[in-house]
Amino acid sequence: MGNRSVIPFGPQHPVLPEPIHLDLVIEDEKVVQAIPNIGFIHRGLEKLVQKRDFTDYGYVVERICGICSYIHGMSYYEVIEHIMGIEIPERAKYLRTIWSEMSRVHSHLLWLGLLADGFGFEALFYQCWRLREKVLDMFEASTGGRVVFSVNTIGGVLKDMDSSMLKSFVDIFQDMDKEIHKCCDIFLKDYTVETRLKDVGILTKENAVLLGAVGPTMRGSGIAVDTRKKYSYAAYDKLDFEPCVAYEGDSFARCLVRIEELYQSIDLIRQAVDKIPAGDIITPYKGKPNGEFMFRAEQPRGEAIYYGKANGTNHLERFRIRTPTFANITPMLNILAGAQLADVPILVLTIDPCISCTER
Amino acid sequence: MSDLYEIVPITPEQLPIVAMEKKAQGGRLVQICATRRPNGYEVLYSFDVETQLYNYRLDIDEGVEVASISEIFPPAFLYENEVSELFGVPIKGISIDFQGKLYRIEATTPFKD
Repeated sequence: MGNRSVIPFGPQHPVLPEPIHLDLVIEDEKVVQAIPNIGFIHRGLEKLVQKRDFTDYGYVVERICGICSYIHGMSYYEVIEHIMGIEIPERAKYLRTIWSEMSRVHSHLLWLGLLADGFGFEALFYQCWRLREKVLDMFEASTGGRVVFSVNTIGGVLKDMDSSMLKSFVDIFQDMDKEIHKCCDIFLKDYTVETRLKDVGILTKENAVLLGAVGPTMRGSGIAVDTRKKYSYAAYDKLDFEPCVAYEGDSFARCLVRIEELYQSIDLIRQAVDKIPAGDIITPYKGKPNGEFMFRAEQPRGEAIYYGKANGTNHLERFRIRTPTFANITPMLNILAGAQLADVPILVLTIDPCISCTER
Repeated sequence: MSDLYEIVPITPEQLPIVAMEKKAQGGRLVQICATRRPNGYEVLYSFDVETQLYNYRLDIDEGVEVASISEIFPPAFLYENEVSELFGVPIKGISIDFQGKLYRIEATTPFKD
């Protein structure tokens, strides 16, 4: 046995945009065990549901995180709509789908940029984030916001997109598709990138299930599960797609899944724009929610669980969010065990950690 | 989405059996969530077996101890620490027990009141 020591990793570290701490037990340069320590930015936002009116709490949920904002907000309203038995208009379902997929594109581009930065490829980082800006511009044009959008409400959405705007978005995404290919070809074919990602940080299919992995972390281990496909909320049941899967379980596989999902999201936006019906975007409602519901949504980082319990008053009794990063922490510990110390930053990045979401 | 509505009530004694059953079926732990009720708690356990969601609810009085399932499903340790720290639900045998220090918060069991 070599010399054992404990190396602290985080909460401040160049690859971590948000704070998480790991105690890395290492034997020479090899990680034997990783013990997580979160809780630096816990805000108690779930507790706030007891103090905010159910019509207002959606604005709190959107502010859990700046990257996953849109789907958090949408999912809160989905929970309320299910409890109250509100059927939202078809057009609103398609608009929610389009904005959800735009969120996925900007989130994955953000992650690719961070990954490039993580292994010191700054030019690639700039290119990924330059492309992401185009998505944020489209968000701004359609919702008025670049981070928090507040376009969802109980019964539908507050803003519509006319056909010329939708067509212009499809055109922009079509142009972006070519540029994304250029960037992603580097991730997939560059020798240096390959040596940092291939056969590194393997999460087996069995461990992905046992340890509760979700999203690209799970699909990178060969499990074809995508909440959009299974539970088909919004307008996903009208669109043609299959979960993106890779089978190797290594860092490269997780990267590959996200890259394929970028193209898939662009295709889903195109399909949704082709099929979006005319009509209302909001269903009026009366009353207050009474009951409970659990909703599953596919965030860019994976399946998120939203549980709401209402009692017929203005305040919900409970609103609980299990975010994808919370689920992916244990798989990450498995990925780290046995890794070289120098690979730890990249391995942590490969689960695309979002600590704001995790701590709420 | 009808399966999302089904919540099966269980007792603390049944919990490890249910967890082992779901593990044997190849399931994964989806989440654990506590909700405060007068003089007690509801603790909701969700498992996924081949994309089908199974929900089980413990309805326990204050002070009733619950056994950890972190030896059966390793990711449970984070959920159990959270439930214990925020709500004050006593959970024994958590594989990595942060002893109330998972979150750096000043208040003790802030979700209890």
